[in-house]
Amino acid sequence: MLKSTTPTMVGSEAKAKKKRHSFSLNAKDKYFALLFLGPSLLLLSVFVFYPMFRTLYISMFLTNTLGKTTVFNGFGNYATLLSSPEYIASMGSTLFYVLAVTALTVSIGLLLANLASQKLAGIGIFRTLYSITMGVSVSVAAIFWLFIFNPSTGFFTIISNALHLPVINWLTDPKMAMWAVIITTVWMHLGFTFLILLGSISSVPTTLYEAASVEGASERRQFFKITIPMISPTLFFVSTITLIDSFKSFGLIDLITKGGPTNSTNMLVYRLYKDAFYSGNYGQASSEAIILTIIIAFFTFLQFKFLEKRVNY
Amino acid sequence: MSTILNQVSKQYSEKEDILKNVSAEIETGEFFVIVGPSGCGKSTLLRMIAGLTSISDGEISIDGQVVNDLQPKDRKLTMVFQSYALFPFLNVWDNVAFGLKARNIDQAEVHQRVNDALDMVNLSELKERKPRELSGGQRQRVALARAVASDAKLCLMDEPLSNLDAQLRIKMRQEIYQLQRKLGITLIYVTHDQVEAMTMADHIMVLNDHEVQQIGTPTEIYQQPANEFVANFFGTPLINLLPAQRVDDRTLNVEGDFEVKTEQKISENEVNVGIRPGELHVEASDELNANATVKSSEFLGDETIVYATMNSEHEVRVLIPGKAVFAPYEKVKITASGNVFLFDANHKRIPFESEELVNA
Repeated sequence: MLKSTTPTMVGSEAKAKKKRHSFSLNAKDKYFALLFLGPSLLLLSVFVFYPMFRTLYISMFLTNTLGKTTVFNGFGNYATLLSSPEYIASMGSTLFYVLAVTALTVSIGLLLANLASQKLAGIGIFRTLYSITMGVSVSVAAIFWLFIFNPSTGFFTIISNALHLPVINWLTDPKMAMWAVIITTVWMHLGFTFLILLGSISSVPTTLYEAASVEGASERRQFFKITIPMISPTLFFVSTITLIDSFKSFGLIDLITKGGPTNSTNMLVYRLYKDAFYSGNYGQASSEAIILTIIIAFFTFLQFKFLEKRVNY
Repeated sequence: MSTILNQVSKQYSEKEDILKNVSAEIETGEFFVIVGPSGCGKSTLLRMIAGLTSISDGEISIDGQVVNDLQPKDRKLTMVFQSYALFPFLNVWDNVAFGLKARNIDQAEVHQRVNDALDMVNLSELKERKPRELSGGQRQRVALARAVASDAKLCLMDEPLSNLDAQLRIKMRQEIYQLQRKLGITLIYVTHDQVEAMTMADHIMVLNDHEVQQIGTPTEIYQQPANEFVANFFGTPLINLLPAQRVDDRTLNVEGDFEVKTEQKISENEVNVGIRPGELHVEASDELNANATVKSSEFLGDETIVYATMNSEHEVRVLIPGKAVFAPYEKVKITASGNVFLFDANHKRIPFESEELVNA
């Protein structure tokens, strides 16, 4: 809608692009550019760039328990990690966790957002309820869910007992512990995802739906053929954010399972934390951090490559 | 495919009427224009016919079937929106095919119909383009092609030209008119533009204040307006509406400024007289005989509009052929010929005698 690209416009746009490339700063402009960029460059250097390079550096060394580098180890730390079956298992459970959380968060968020976008009386109540988890802190959520998962007095146990079903040991059964963490994480992420998707759905022009309904499209078809394509940039955004966020999940795991039972929820970040701050193995923890960064970067790249193609209109 | 509106009403709340008892019969194959100022309820009426807005009271029937409770998709009609409602993520071809695919029409036929429709609006070359790569007029054509491809015999249009510039509007006006004639569809067209209504319509419905003011052919609307609103709404420059007093059976005194001989008999003592700007005459005059002062004049090429203030302080517009030679503050004499409308105290037009005979 913003620009109409008739052939002549294409020409002038190309010209504008060329101009931008040949754009050069004179000395005075450079001075001002540095002046304005200075403060944020300084902050980024101290809090982002330095830790980043320092991590890379430490990852090549063995360290003492204080984090001082002792012996240069080259890629030894990486080799140890990648040949450790425990680490590979941790990677596998992290992948499972991340994919499950992303898929569930985005699809449930989409479902709720679609429901809450209806123009009905009292819909505001539902909108508030669905987005309320945004305001809940990790520790509160953890305590809340620990109550629900409690094997003797928890909500799920009460229901199972009432229906004479076997009680699920949410936090002691390795398989179920993974799901307990997934459910809790999805619940935490849902508020944000819901709100963003709701905003996006609400901004789809109603005339599109009206035109479609006159032309004979059912509600279901309207959802898949109009809503989904129209909000695809937002879907892409929330799925990327959720993916990155769940790779970095730490607090919930620490509070609910502490990586157990039998390492079943010992995700990469949690393991990294334990290696560094429990075992004092800073060199190896740093190399774990680097590997994690590479994995996240790789998945984000994949998402951009495959999803972004579908979202441009 | 005649469409019948029977006492159709719309209220959003108890107090507020959006439409009051609208009745009309729209013949098969006619170009029917609903016109009125903004807020008069014309778009609401169109949306009620489409099924996008519910009907509070009354009945709408299409082709002999009452459609009050039918879903929009079951009303066998198509609609062109003011914003065109094109899907930004689909190219031109897919935009046109959207409805056909939704109706599960056989693929070969979809191809045939979409290509034919694009041909008809001269868009075949651009069928791969996305809507954002099109100009306003081209987008408008895509919306038209969608309506054409749907094959519906009833087409609704909601101010389809209001997003276009003046020149393009004239061009598209003709294209829409020709398309309607070529396809023989019934077209219900909503606009606030009296020129669009006059130039395209077979019949015009004039809406104001949530009520129908008049339904008629463009000629009837212009030559026999039902009331002051209709007279005022059609024709540029605006008609002159002036209070007048009866002198005798065929003579009115317009506020002491001038006298008008009328073709119809005058029975009321006080009337409003409506005189089209073209029926007034202006001539240079000396102080003594002058009855008006020129305020300004606008030269339009073939004709000139002279704005003047009568001695009675009423403002009038006079349309004269050619270029006017009147300067501001010049004293002039304004007179009227006999072709005038008379309106009663309720702003309704007092019928001509010939009309009375016809109606009797």
